[in-house]
Amino acid sequence: MTLQPSASPLAAGMPDAPVVLAPEPQALATARSPTVLALRRGLHHGGFLIGAGILGVILLAALAAPLIAPHDPYAQDVSRRLIPPIWQAKGTWEHVLGTDKLGRDYLSRLIYGSQISLLIGVAAAAISGIIGTTLGICAGYFGGRVDALVSYIVTTRLAMPVVLVALAMASLVGGSLKVVVLVLGFLLWDRFAVVTRAATRQIRDQDFIAAARATGFSPVRILFQEVLPNILNALIVVATLEMAHAILLEAALSFLGLGVQPPLPSWGLMIAEGKPYMFFQPWVITIPGVALLVLVLAINLLGDGIRDVTAPEGRR
Amino acid sequence: MLRFMLQRCLVAIAVAVTVSVASFMLLHLSGDLATAIAGPEATSVQVEAIRVQYGLNQPMLAQFLAWAGRAIRLDFGNSFYFRESVIDLLAARLPITLFLGVVALAVALFVAIPLGVLAAVKRDTWIDRAALSISVLGQAMPSFWFGLTLIMIFSVNLRWLPVSGNTTWKHFVLPAVALGYYAMPAVMRLTRNGMLEVLASDYVRTARAKGLPPRKILIRHALRNAVIPVIALAAVQFGFMLGGSIVIEAVFSLQGLGQLAWESIARNDFPVVQAIVLVLAMIYIALTLAADLLNAFLDPRLRQ
Repeated sequence: MTLQPSASPLAAGMPDAPVVLAPEPQALATARSPTVLALRRGLHHGGFLIGAGILGVILLAALAAPLIAPHDPYAQDVSRRLIPPIWQAKGTWEHVLGTDKLGRDYLSRLIYGSQISLLIGVAAAAISGIIGTTLGICAGYFGGRVDALVSYIVTTRLAMPVVLVALAMASLVGGSLKVVVLVLGFLLWDRFAVVTRAATRQIRDQDFIAAARATGFSPVRILFQEVLPNILNALIVVATLEMAHAILLEAALSFLGLGVQPPLPSWGLMIAEGKPYMFFQPWVITIPGVALLVLVLAINLLGDGIRDVTAPEGRR
Repeated sequence: MLRFMLQRCLVAIAVAVTVSVASFMLLHLSGDLATAIAGPEATSVQVEAIRVQYGLNQPMLAQFLAWAGRAIRLDFGNSFYFRESVIDLLAARLPITLFLGVVALAVALFVAIPLGVLAAVKRDTWIDRAALSISVLGQAMPSFWFGLTLIMIFSVNLRWLPVSGNTTWKHFVLPAVALGYYAMPAVMRLTRNGMLEVLASDYVRTARAKGLPPRKILIRHALRNAVIPVIALAAVQFGFMLGGSIVIEAVFSLQGLGQLAWESIARNDFPVVQAIVLVLAMIYIALTLAADLLNAFLDPRLRQ
């Protein structure tokens, strides 16, 4: 991908905005299905494999939480407060990762917490994906005034401080899982718009689009049937990036007390609750922090991997 | 050039107006301000009284025009909580956040640019891969947790630096690292990509053929051109950092604008929140405008 040396926030704000296109049609003629090819390349791509592997494990843990969690994540036991994890002298096998200030099992809370992070990531990326993609493909396909308008909207959105606006909105409506998803969904669509716009511009003058237009397809049908499937790769890559972004922002909002509310085991909230104890029991913030780091890292690695394997020719 | 500048300035002003409308609307549509100000125990009579007192019973447009009319003269009204004018509060807190942002940006550039250059020169070696790994890790690190971890290592275990506060320069070291780390990956990648592109260009090949020393080629010919887009990115990142400093200031108890914003949100002190959103947006818009103009000045191809 080449970087435009422009200072407009569209380009400069996201230097890594991946612009990936489906392989050229003629390249496919000699090959098998592009999906099979991409998957085959994926098996040789280290980052892709690691990312997919870790994400798969976390996803399984989240789905099977009631089966694998050793304890009830909400069950308090004041006589068993702040038991250290197993690798420390006073650790017990009963609470492998220890217990929090209310005696709740840390491992169980961590496992249930993965549900919250994944849910927020997927739902926020879905909402922002719909908003951003609609804006982006319209701007890219129609060009002209539509393009100028969308660029203007994106510039405006970028000028608004996300964390601050999200905090203020969540605080006014009252922090909850649903509110966090909606607020993030409505704030994080900018990169979707920028990337789908660029991807659409690259294909809008190709023959199959002209053919669809000549056949008399309506613009809506062209956008959904012809444009969208051909920018899907780029879309998936941005979706992973925005998932990671949303997960980090949720953790930050919950850490500041205005996101997901107790007693839900959000990882950001666990760090906030552990903060007063971190000087004597550093693991109370290390464990959820590492969990967040690993999850976001896995999603980013997967996203970078998908970008590489779906468009190997665009790799540097 | 003049036309280009004028055009960019007009767009910046339009964006500024739109942002102030949008931020005003968002806060007013997110919930009932009067109920939020009155608190959970207030009776409906009290809520009504507050609605009238703060003019919240007026139509939205009238409220906005009244607010905007005063905001343009830098009059943001009084804080609900401090009984002090909002602009005085901001003036007291903004320097701390700006200072934090400048130091953080310096940290980010000081690490990211040499690392990016090194990664490009030693392309596909372990140095390149290590630099990329650092940037991937940086993007995945929750900034508030990174800040807490820095406190644990450098303040609690090694006792090199203070835990929190903002009285001496030492108090700004850890927050600046925590905030700057967040801007590093983007700068590093852009420098690396820019250097790769420039190093493959004809004029660098010519410089090599002339027999210039490699160090001179790298700095005088390559870096100078590769760094142009980095300036714009740095300006944009600085704007993002001011917005993101709310989390870092909360972690390190720095009494800057972010801390004020967080406390004001928790206290439903809306005049302050609204003013901070607007001020941060204006700074961002001014920064991108400045970067645009500087870029056009440095790279005539962009003026077209």
